[in-house]
Amino acid sequence: MARGNKNATIIPGFGLTLGVTVAWLSALVLVPLVLLFVRTTALSWPKFVEIVTDERAVASYKLTLGCALAAASLNAVMGSIIAWTLVRVEFPGRRLLDAVVDLPFALPTAVSGIALTAVYSRNGWIGQALGFPVAFTPLGIMVALTFIGLPFVVRTLQPAIEDLDPGVEEAAGILGASRMQTFFRVIAPALLPSLITGFALAFSRALGEYGSVIFISGNMPLRTEITPLLIVTKLEQFDYAGATALGAVQLTASFLMLFSINLVQWWTARKTGVR
Amino acid sequence: MSIEVRGVSKSFGKFAALRDVNLKVAPGELVALLGPSGSGKTTLLRIIAGLEFADDAGGGPVAPAGAPRVGFVFQHYALFRHMTVFENIAFGLRVRPKATRPSDAKIRERVLELLRLIQLDSLAGRYPSQLSGGQRQRVALARALAIEPEVLLLDEPFGALDAKVRQGLRRWLRKLHDEIHMTTILVTHDQDEALEVADRIVVMNQGRIEQVGTPEEVFHRPANEFVMDFLGSVNLFHARAEGGQERRVFVRPHDMEIGHQAQSDSSVRAVVKRIHAAGPMVKVELESEIGETLQVEMPHERYGVLGLKVGADVYVSPRESKVFFEDYSI
Repeated sequence: MARGNKNATIIPGFGLTLGVTVAWLSALVLVPLVLLFVRTTALSWPKFVEIVTDERAVASYKLTLGCALAAASLNAVMGSIIAWTLVRVEFPGRRLLDAVVDLPFALPTAVSGIALTAVYSRNGWIGQALGFPVAFTPLGIMVALTFIGLPFVVRTLQPAIEDLDPGVEEAAGILGASRMQTFFRVIAPALLPSLITGFALAFSRALGEYGSVIFISGNMPLRTEITPLLIVTKLEQFDYAGATALGAVQLTASFLMLFSINLVQWWTARKTGVR
Repeated sequence: MSIEVRGVSKSFGKFAALRDVNLKVAPGELVALLGPSGSGKTTLLRIIAGLEFADDAGGGPVAPAGAPRVGFVFQHYALFRHMTVFENIAFGLRVRPKATRPSDAKIRERVLELLRLIQLDSLAGRYPSQLSGGQRQRVALARALAIEPEVLLLDEPFGALDAKVRQGLRRWLRKLHDEIHMTTILVTHDQDEALEVADRIVVMNQGRIEQVGTPEEVFHRPANEFVMDFLGSVNLFHARAEGGQERRVFVRPHDMEIGHQAQSDSSVRAVVKRIHAAGPMVKVELESEIGETLQVEMPHERYGVLGLKVGADVYVSPRESKVFFEDYSI
């Protein structure tokens, strides 16, 4: 098969690995998602439009998207600082703190949701100190989404920061750049592709998050109701078609979002010659 | 600008990288710091660059008061990979405070001039990842020169390049230096590079300077065993002097003569083990009667006259030898 093929390489198993990849992704991701759209066709078009443009649904889109975006942006900033500190600053307990970053990954989301609600409610430790309500407001949703998105940014940035050549910073310094100039002109652009990846991961995770949000949000229709919750509500009422309709909208939005972030990332990567 | 280093010491933890080093570099001179890894040569260069601080800064180690404008070239280029070649070179000018920053047109002019100097005019828009190693290093050099430094410091600049490119670049560097006459310090562990490029060579070992001199001086009149050994291959003989004292005698391979008969008392009987005839000189490896390995180099004509074969019994005699008397030896 490979003989006479001008694309033949010495690396074996091209057919096998590609086959496994496609089969696996199909079984786990593609087929179930396609089924979602197929199920939606049980609805007539006007009915579908009615469901997905319902006042509650539209409010939930805005809330979910807004909070996810805000949480991912906050994570991009704070996560960068934390990743930088964990890589570049030597301090006792660094390993421990490094492990703490992974906790949002490991905890069942319901557990984190309950814990965050307890801490940020009016009588909670932090809620008391803040003096304005966090739990049961959109702000609370943001707190939960920030919590679960943090490890994505930190874990994607850490290797990139470790990879930075200290010589590059020294070179900038010798050429007369101030610390600020070195950071903004040399370090930040080098980290940008990883930061975008981390942001995209945190953002997409936040879009789909359910478990940790439903406790802290309070789930008030039109105010603190996220789209995934609306879907579950519909399912509980055995409105499967309605649930899949909302699911299809969310899926399309997520896909478009991730696709455009990937485009941006591809573009920056090409520009920096990091492939 | 001249550079003076006075009594500089530097330790990293328990490791003493530099021990009381003194060095003077005259304006416009090209000096090579030569030594094995761990000899402190890079540390010394980094202290001069201000990238590292000497342990006891009380004496004011580096002479140029204030901060001299330094051009520094790193072994692994340290180019800004998200910037084009043009922007890399322009960086040092662009980051200047507004008051002293040249206009965009001036920056452009300066960068283009440097691109011509490094013969990469056509690659201004490329990114570093699209360049070869030799091209990257030339860009790094142009970037260092853009700020019109008073001193140029090169840290193993050709260390990561292959032999052919390295040779081309070191000649180019020497030519460049002859044109711009900038005080330059070059760190290298490659004795050929130091011998070929430098006006003066500073041979370093274990944080100390072993010898300072012109390439000829350090090669032909090495101050001690270390310098002799480091600057080329040597044969070591153990000879017994009058009074029964043992002497270590050093002979360079090209100062050895092979003959079919013994020529003097110092001739040694040996068997030819290997012959390398590819290259400008014929290299012959022999084993002496007492099992020492000897290296001899000779011109091809001489080799032809001798008609050597592996396994042949011959006599080896030193033409010129060196003995070092060191007060600190036991």
